[in-house]
Amino acid sequence: MNDDRLAGPILADTPLREKVLRRLRNRPTTRGAAILLGVLVLLALLAPLIAPQNPYDLAALSVMDNRLAPGEQGMAGLRFWLGSDAQGRDMLSAILYGLRTSLLVGLISTLGALVVGVTAGLVAAQFGGAIDALMMRVVDFMLGFPSILIALVLLASIGRGVDKVILAIVLVQWAQYARLMRAAALVERRKEYIEAAVNFGLPTRYIMFVHLLPNSIGSVLVVSTVSIASAITLEATLSFLGVGVPVTQPSLGLLIANGFEFLLSGEYWIAVFPGLALVALIMSLNIVGDRLRRSLNVRA
Amino acid sequence: MTAPLFELRGVAKYFRGKTTLAERILALAGRRQPPATLRAVDGVDLTVAKGEVLGLVGESGCGKSTLARIATGILAPTAGEVFYQGRAVAGLRGRDRLDYLLKVQMIFQDPYASLDPRMRVSRIVGEALAVHKLLPRREIDGAVDRALREVGLDLAYRDRYPHQFSGGQRQRIGIARALAVKPDFLVCDEPVSALDVSIQAQVINLFMDVRARHGLTYLFVSHDLGLVRHISDRVAIMYLGRIVEIGPAASVFADPAHPYSAALIKAIPSAARRKAGFEPLQGELPSPLAPPPGCPFHPRCDHAMPACREIRPELAEIAPGRSAACHLHTAPKVA
Amino acid sequence: MTADIVLDVRGLKTVFHAVDGAWPAVDGVDFTVARGEILGLVGESGSGKSVTGFSLVQLIDPPGEIVAGQVLFGGTDLRAASEDELRRLRGDRIAMIFQDPLMTLNPVLSVGEQMTEAILEHRRCSRADALAQAAAALARVGISSPEARLKQYPHEFSGGMRQRVAIATALLNDPALIIADEPTTALDVTIQAQILYQVQKLSRETGAAVIWITHDLAVVAELADRVAVMYAGRIVEIGAADVVLDRPRHPYTLGLLNSSAAMVEPGARLHQIDGVAPRIDSRPSGCPFRPRCTRSLAVCADVDPPPQAQDGRTLRCHNPVPA
Repeated sequence: MNDDRLAGPILADTPLREKVLRRLRNRPTTRGAAILLGVLVLLALLAPLIAPQNPYDLAALSVMDNRLAPGEQGMAGLRFWLGSDAQGRDMLSAILYGLRTSLLVGLISTLGALVVGVTAGLVAAQFGGAIDALMMRVVDFMLGFPSILIALVLLASIGRGVDKVILAIVLVQWAQYARLMRAAALVERRKEYIEAAVNFGLPTRYIMFVHLLPNSIGSVLVVSTVSIASAITLEATLSFLGVGVPVTQPSLGLLIANGFEFLLSGEYWIAVFPGLALVALIMSLNIVGDRLRRSLNVRA
Repeated sequence: MTAPLFELRGVAKYFRGKTTLAERILALAGRRQPPATLRAVDGVDLTVAKGEVLGLVGESGCGKSTLARIATGILAPTAGEVFYQGRAVAGLRGRDRLDYLLKVQMIFQDPYASLDPRMRVSRIVGEALAVHKLLPRREIDGAVDRALREVGLDLAYRDRYPHQFSGGQRQRIGIARALAVKPDFLVCDEPVSALDVSIQAQVINLFMDVRARHGLTYLFVSHDLGLVRHISDRVAIMYLGRIVEIGPAASVFADPAHPYSAALIKAIPSAARRKAGFEPLQGELPSPLAPPPGCPFHPRCDHAMPACREIRPELAEIAPGRSAACHLHTAPKVA
Repeated sequence: MTADIVLDVRGLKTVFHAVDGAWPAVDGVDFTVARGEILGLVGESGSGKSVTGFSLVQLIDPPGEIVAGQVLFGGTDLRAASEDELRRLRGDRIAMIFQDPLMTLNPVLSVGEQMTEAILEHRRCSRADALAQAAAALARVGISSPEARLKQYPHEFSGGMRQRVAIATALLNDPALIIADEPTTALDVTIQAQILYQVQKLSRETGAAVIWITHDLAVVAELADRVAVMYAGRIVEIGAADVVLDRPRHPYTLGLLNSSAAMVEPGARLHQIDGVAPRIDSRPSGCPFRPRCTRSLAVCADVDPPPQAQDGRTLRCHNPVPA
């Protein structure tokens, strides 16, 4: 018996990752958005190195430089390319550091919500019955309220702070991941390879995390890329309303809030430049995430 | 006769229909029937002797796949008992239970769904060995290679992923995965029905080769009667969750006792039969949610008698080694 | 005889465009079907049998493309027909039945609504008339109490019943040609037997020509008048069912027939065909069956055997099985 010939040749390799990447590259809008996003992330990462000023260091600020228009030179000879705010803080530096805070909050809170939501969805799908019913009612309850309302109530009671904002966003966002994960895991759990794992007497926790999780998390991860944008928006909104990050560590949302009162007095740059940075960040995240979702054919 | 390797006694599996909250409210308001119980398997007695091939045939929805999953321990029966080597499976714990699970291995129908798409072939085949520490780590590779070679797969492919293989090759991987844990008893659930005709023969031959080499026992579940006739020593025919006839394959196929077996055998398409002007079996498989009273086959049966509408015939011996559940063979008790 | 030819396919070639070239799924197929005749088109997955079926009615979407050949239906070449003409033909003179009946049945319309619609689209008659015709069509395929069934929706039918409804719908306008693509593959043997029986009866009664596409030689043997065996995009053997199935000359036809469990004693090894069918993008040179063939010659590697009429059939083989 010629084994080789019997079993036949192996099929050609078609890596999905490459196909997706190729499709992403082929869209000019997506490519533009991806480049913009990359630049923004790079700027945020390198902020301490490239910012002309450390906006958190109060000693470095001079009130004398307050509300300078873009391009003006300050007392110490520093040029304020994007102007300065009421404390004499360089807007360019503030935006670079604000971008950092916004991205950090967005990423960590999305990651936190993913961990909580994915675990909850996986447990609900695996064990079913009363556990599933109870968890899904909680999810329905959470998704029934406007997220901004839940976050506002929570932050109003525990106070502001980067960690607290992250906690609030996790609380608001985990439910959507739990629902998605549960649906994906329920489909996957009916497949025969899970039955085979049961047949081999593999431990339930092993089956959940080694077989079920990697095979059902794909759609959740893709949706989470779009959700980073909404986490950042939520953080900006909360900070704008004054319950988000502290004034000592301003995010883009807080910068906009700070500049808001000067908008009508003609000092547009204090609010508008952080606003433009926020719009650029959210739009690029949304376009890239949405394209990714569509090319992987995931329904949110 | 030696004690059977495997035995089912009065095994039943019921599924309750799934309901949503809205359906429950509608049911309360009398707008919809409360969920019915699906009797997928409804009281099955079966023994399998060591080394034999028992074919289990029936149409879709007759409960044969559920029965296969009960036999392998993937599903627990609602009622009845499963015995392996004389011991009740339900009472097994820890190492004993694992031993039973590994000795009774399932081969699945769908070569695309039965392998974890994110695992390499070597990991799929060696997984149980590694997780249960059945072999020292350094010996696992060798065991995986032996299993792959046995099913005719090139070892060069051991680090590939399932999607890189054809259906027939995937089915071989599934067989290698089962063989790796050295089973005694293979439960095959439609193992070739998803494969191309020319590949089916290859896989069937493989089943017969490994059986001869390892002295395996098979429960071979299929809707393909021609295949079952070929591979089985004995054959059991299921209809709506029950066994309606069981006996040596040769005699059942030559002279079926139950009218349903006869109709099934007549319906086997055959390349030797040309433009047969046959009169096929009438009617549809009744819904297992609402099986007919009496003999479940009576609405489709040409021989139905008044008793068939009221009294359900039990499986009874009609000749040595042969049993059927039909009033034609066991005079119904006069009510 | 020629006057009775319903469909005449000549040199049909359908390719699928990929980044690395255009791969032929159907690679030069010729056959005819006569009035009242059932042609069984047999092949394994990837043989091109379904693509052939879709190519006949010009239902090939990109990246697929029909690049050569003629499909003569009642004297007109369907390849040259306008989309409008084709739409008028499909569902009227040419009917299609698929493995999944839900491909043709609309889930939100009752069976009666869609059947009358199918009639009214192509015929001038009253709605009541159309409804009566629909009921008669359901009765014809063995559905009891058709009037009541007409009010039901597709999901209220079982799989076998749904396929019967699809067949009844396909037959509404007395088509001259029925193309059926694996319509009984998903059904149980007893239900399959019922449907085969009815299709055979209908073809005899109405004189419709039927192309029955399937992987199952045994089904074809019971149903078809003529058999065409496809491999790697071409018909390797075609002829009367009795000729091709009783005395196969192509090694592939013989191999398929021999691999059946009925061909050996119970428990014996089956006669298998080694290897797997080549993928569309990696077909070997010469005869595509050569790597799996036990009768291959040196010439098989170089020259693709042309179709040749011999021994009551048309055959593509350099070294056919001796008669």
